[in-house]
Amino acid sequence: MRLEVKKTYKLFIGGKFPRSESGRIYKVNNHKGEFLANVAKASRKDVRESVVVARSAQSGWAGATPYNRGQVLYRIAEMLEGRREQFVAEIRELTGKSEKQANQEVDSAIDSWVWHAGWTDKIDAVAGNMNPVAGPFFNISTNQPTGVVAAFAPQDSSLVGLVNTIAPAIVSGNSIIAITSETLPLSAVTLAEVLETSDLPGGVVNILTGNASELGSWLASHLDVNAIDLEGTSNAAELEMLAAENLKRVIRKGSYSRTGAKGSLQHILDLMETKTVWHPKGH
Amino acid sequence: MFDYSPAPESKDLVKFQASYGHFIGGKFTKPANTFSTINPATEQVLAEISHGTAKDVDSAVKAARNAYEKTWSKLDGATRGKYLYRIARIIQERSRELAVAETLNNGKPIKETRDADIPLVASWFFYYAGWADKLDYAGLGANPKAHGVVSQIVPWNFPLMMLAWKIAPALAAGNTVVLKPAETTPLTALLFAEICQQAELPDGVVNIVTGFGDTGAMMVGHPDVNKVAFTGSTDVGRIIAKQIAGTDKKATLELGGKAANIVFEDAALDQAVEGIVNGIFFNQGHVCCAGSRLLVQESVHDVVIKKLKARMENIRLGDPMDKNTDIGAINSKEQLTKIDRLVKQGVKEGGQAWAPSCAIPKNGFWYAPTIITGVSPANTVVREEIFGPVLSVMTFRTPAEAVAKANNSQYGLSAGVWTEKGSRILKMADQLNAGVVWANTFNQFDPASPFGGFKESGYGREGGRHGLLSYLKGSN
Repeated sequence: MRLEVKKTYKLFIGGKFPRSESGRIYKVNNHKGEFLANVAKASRKDVRESVVVARSAQSGWAGATPYNRGQVLYRIAEMLEGRREQFVAEIRELTGKSEKQANQEVDSAIDSWVWHAGWTDKIDAVAGNMNPVAGPFFNISTNQPTGVVAAFAPQDSSLVGLVNTIAPAIVSGNSIIAITSETLPLSAVTLAEVLETSDLPGGVVNILTGNASELGSWLASHLDVNAIDLEGTSNAAELEMLAAENLKRVIRKGSYSRTGAKGSLQHILDLMETKTVWHPKGH
Repeated sequence: MFDYSPAPESKDLVKFQASYGHFIGGKFTKPANTFSTINPATEQVLAEISHGTAKDVDSAVKAARNAYEKTWSKLDGATRGKYLYRIARIIQERSRELAVAETLNNGKPIKETRDADIPLVASWFFYYAGWADKLDYAGLGANPKAHGVVSQIVPWNFPLMMLAWKIAPALAAGNTVVLKPAETTPLTALLFAEICQQAELPDGVVNIVTGFGDTGAMMVGHPDVNKVAFTGSTDVGRIIAKQIAGTDKKATLELGGKAANIVFEDAALDQAVEGIVNGIFFNQGHVCCAGSRLLVQESVHDVVIKKLKARMENIRLGDPMDKNTDIGAINSKEQLTKIDRLVKQGVKEGGQAWAPSCAIPKNGFWYAPTIITGVSPANTVVREEIFGPVLSVMTFRTPAEAVAKANNSQYGLSAGVWTEKGSRILKMADQLNAGVVWANTFNQFDPASPFGGFKESGYGREGGRHGLLSYLKGSN
């Protein structure tokens, strides 16, 4: 009998797969409570490194054309579809879901990438406008990404919850540091492998496995993070207080459903800034 | 230069009461715990104002809740809109009185209250009146809902205009409000309460509570408030964001700024100089979006500074009630002290301060328009919001350097770009991290145009469709 080659589950920072700088790991069990894998337990230094690479990747990603970003997001859907079997297997092993249920979750995750991919070049058509001001001025409001987003994926979802946390942030040109579900992190690491092969520039999405409460305070208080999504946290009020220090944009727990094949335009807009440009009209 | 004979507007156009209570549930309460509000140009007392207590705040919130549940949320949008149209019309009718009242209490020139503040107040109500029956088109799908009771806290730099920016969209969306004007400038808000009575606005839809920061904190913390809207300093914005953390309360925060005003060598320099003057000296520089960091392309630095100084020699500082006055009084002694401290710090750090020779009146609070050259992005006067008529000047060589310097700020409220090259304007506008970009103009405001900041300048927008969204939520 051939011995299976098992995967080492590591972090995803700046397009690479490092172990935690701290060397820490934690055990992840399957739904029956049996040992499944050792997963990297991200540290404060990993958080700080992720913010640095997310910041340096952000302007390039935001500067890509919406058409280009749309194709990259669509490519993610393609890559995810191609590795469906692996996701289904991981979800089943971790959660005990039936094959049908696991397939449904993967379907939703893939379709959500497609849904988001289509938004890149339509956000301003729907949520921007010419403003008819009372004077001889050209005046237009458009939306631009808010910058670096820190997000906590829902704890009770392996894949679709994470996808519906990452996609609304990056669709518009933000970069993100996503903290996975602590107990269901395997699909997240596999998703990182999908992202790594999807033409997504390194550093746009950074995925950290570990303890959300521990990582939360470092991200919420980090002054180079512009927005925080508190969905998967257990100490949201405390983190919202820390986030106030540099007036981070905050998405509170329960604001948006993360289980479906569609996201929410409002979720996307919560991570964007309206910019209004004036210019006089004249000869 | 021509000499101008004095052309003072009549103070008799407004009659203040000796003292004011709060406006709660459609009626004024008996004045209590009073403090004096003054004319900052003369330091004369204008009226006694009540300092709101927890009990006052509670009764105002109760009145607002009651009005929301029983009256305002049951009216159709068209009727709400008609009340707002009425208010807009009464403001137009009483505009001269309101302009005088604002100038007396704030210290800003009558020219500005007459031509900018009060016309914008009227237009803000007129604009949002038209939204009240069109909420389905706001962008949140059919049947969007109001939040309920909104606490609104406004600053002293544009007292009645900030009230209009807050109250008009809130009421159009179907909310009821408790509003606190700044402690130094409460009078036009109290006149506005009378206007609500004249418009027969249902009792409790608008409540005005006067007082200091402690009163505002109670308005933010009150458990029956659904939404908070604040314009003011970033420091207070932080406190509010912390105070509502973990609650269901939503917030719109319009906070500080340190706008870059960027002048390229190919700009129409005389127009740019007018824009620089308007950008920083409008309203004594008490403007969150003031163009307080001038970035001039190195090749035209000397000529721009020469033109700017010549222009500044012609700025008239003095009696705000005089129709020729360009720069009025600083709003308070406290603010004057802050401006003075920051400029001294700038000089201590190596900057060269320059101000034109202008006579400073004896009474009241005044600060001559000042530019500080020889400073770098690390200097205090370049980093901190001064909120006064003080301009810091730096240079740049390339567009990329201009963008880097402009974006090197904790704030992101506004920015200015001066160039005759269209493609450069559009690229700069894309790259500047600011909520409002004025190209070849500055300090333009309109109810149809969203206003608000990036980063520590706050979140949410006021004005336009976006401003309406700040007071609505989706129905699902």
